Amino acid sequence: MYELLTGPLLWLSAAICVVGLLYRIVTYIMGLHWQLDRVAYGANPGRGLKGAALSILAWLIPFGCRNWRVKPGFMLMFFGFHIGLVAVPLFLAGHAVLLKEGLGINWPAMSMGMADALTIIMLVSACFIIGRRILLPEVRIITDFKDWMVLAITVAPFLTGFMAVHEVGESYRFWLLAHIITGEIMLVAIPFTKLFHVVGFFLSRGQLGMDFGIKRGGARKNFAW
Amino acid sequence: MPEGTVCNKKTIDTKEQLDALLADKSGKVYYEEMKSLDVNVDMLKTALKNTLRSRLKTWLEMCAHCGLCADSCFLYLVNKRDPKQVPSYKIQSTLGALVKKVQKGEEITNEFMHYCMDTAWSKCTCCNRCGSYCPYGIDMGIMFGYLRGLLFAQGFVPWELKIGSGMHRVFRAQMDVTNEDWVETCEWMEEEQQDEWPDLKIPVDKEGADIMYTVNAREPKHYPEDIAEAAILFHIAGENWTMPSTGWEQTSLSMFAGDWGACKMQVETVYEAIDRLKPKRAMGTECGHAHRATVVEGPYWVGRKNGQPPVEYIHYVQWVAEALREGKIKIDPDKRIQEPVTYQDSCNYIRNHGMADIVREIMGYMVAPGYFVEMTPNREHNYCCGGGGGFNGMGKYRPQRNVALKCKRDQILATGCKLVVSPCHNCWDAIRDLEEEYEIGIRWSFLKPLLIKMAIIPEHLKPKDE
Ligand code: SF4
Ligand code: SF4
Repeated sequence: MYELLTGPLLWLSAAICVVGLLYRIVTYIMGLHWQLDRVAYGANPGRGLKGAALSILAWLIPFGCRNWRVKPGFMLMFFGFHIGLVAVPLFLAGHAVLLKEGLGINWPAMSMGMADALTIIMLVSACFIIGRRILLPEVRIITDFKDWMVLAITVAPFLTGFMAVHEVGESYRFWLLAHIITGEIMLVAIPFTKLFHVVGFFLSRGQLGMDFGIKRGGARKNFAW
Repeated sequence: MPEGTVCNKKTIDTKEQLDALLADKSGKVYYEEMKSLDVNVDMLKTALKNTLRSRLKTWLEMCAHCGLCADSCFLYLVNKRDPKQVPSYKIQSTLGALVKKVQKGEEITNEFMHYCMDTAWSKCTCCNRCGSYCPYGIDMGIMFGYLRGLLFAQGFVPWELKIGSGMHRVFRAQMDVTNEDWVETCEWMEEEQQDEWPDLKIPVDKEGADIMYTVNAREPKHYPEDIAEAAILFHIAGENWTMPSTGWEQTSLSMFAGDWGACKMQVETVYEAIDRLKPKRAMGTECGHAHRATVVEGPYWVGRKNGQPPVEYIHYVQWVAEALREGKIKIDPDKRIQEPVTYQDSCNYIRNHGMADIVREIMGYMVAPGYFVEMTPNREHNYCCGGGGGFNGMGKYRPQRNVALKCKRDQILATGCKLVVSPCHNCWDAIRDLEEEYEIGIRWSFLKPLLIKMAIIPEHLKPKDE
């Protein structure tokens, strides 16, 4: 069971994730249309790339865009959630071992304490996200079943992983298996759900930056739209 | 009765059709007929297949439902934070639901189409503010513009905008002003000024001028003085300018209506005038949406791949800044504005044309030091005046528009200013209406009359005493 899950199934789900995301990227770019989008992508690549870069960076840097500045609480939650979400699975010592065994790559790893801290911050942020969805009328009205599913899919591998590492409760083996299964579910879900924003954010934010950079206000001044 | 006599899917292409629509006062019959207007699902399907591309699809699909856009929308704020005014909700419950219904083959009811129409025209002014506040850059202004196009094709469009788009189709102007009326108005304005400005000319159809100037049709129709003022300022600045006898109208109610065919026709007449007269540059009046239509979106409607009009096409504020900077117009320091004054940033050339710094440069020349007060927020982050996207002109949504004005009212009140400079016809109207509605005791002005009052008149231009 364990061998199957960490062997073929792991590679299969990772492959689905990567291929699916590549498909997303290609179809997104192919689906852009200068006249229907009313953005002359081809005529002004330089201005477009500058607009895209400004726009993406503004959101990746704390306090970089105006909405981060006016909503510092949300910003904290956002970065707390996403840093853990990206860094822990990529640089966990246990995962580095898998990569070493599977592909023979020497992958860098973070300390256990660091991984714990980031995971806890991520899980606490997730609680805030859940709270917002329930308590704030402006978020409640747009929250649907899919949003809860996506949140569950995202949080599950972290919760189970944390349990396994700290051997909470009876069974280490149970949490470990649960962790691997939920992790693989997440990998497979990424390209098929809103989680495709791992690439979609860059594409979509970049596109609006291009739109403003090429034809609207950004053509005349540097401003991260 | 699926298709009505006045409310139907046909575009207005003849004077007779237009008159029939105008004869139906306030659109009474029109809206009555709309209640039983059918939806042509095949047409919708084809439209979505051909025009709903990856950008909009991704926006609809990927929206995280995080609600970060809520506070960015002035209509949400001004409607007591009604969750139904959250930008994401507005688009998901209209365009998002429509796309799903078409995909799943569900029935698209007349009531649903009414809800879409009400939302597209009374809950979004296409101010493009929310796009900068959404992590994914989801711009509801663009999406509601797209939805308006789908609704227009199905006949679900507010009466005034159906008329407006018909005007563009029939007259190539947003109002019934013919080219003959236009040229006559120019001649009349030239004559009127002769006592005070003896050599003033309003040159029509002059080839190779430095500037070809275009206007908003309501200037010849309702305020011809605006044309005279433009001419006086060109005269003072010594510009070599002209106005075309056809292709002089720069606005686009068809853009507000979502009638892309009419948008193209209108812009083509302006571009043809440019091709015919070969000016070095073109320039429009102080109107914001006219600039958006002719300069920012227009090139795409007519299919210009570089996204640019045939010649450099500037907004009026760009010319004013240049004239002041280069000393073509000099301001008498004693006549500068010497009272607290604020500036209304128009979405259509501030966010959509990057003019925030330039208008402040102008204020620097026109306002005595210490008197200029910014609204909060301002520049690229400013809120819509409350009347954008056609909101000012639709009787059906007048109550909602009046609520929308409260945002600008409160912004102005917070500055403590009694004078608002507002170089955009839409903003100008909205501010006039908010004064009428809420009586906060303010005055508002375009740039032209203020500039004429404070400009130093060169000796040789003054009338000679006999
Ligand atoms: S901010 Fe953007 S992603 Fe969030 S709910 Fe609004 S439109 Fe959707
Ligand atoms: S474009 Fe403007 S009016 Fe429309 S939803 Fe966005 S912020 Fe609100």
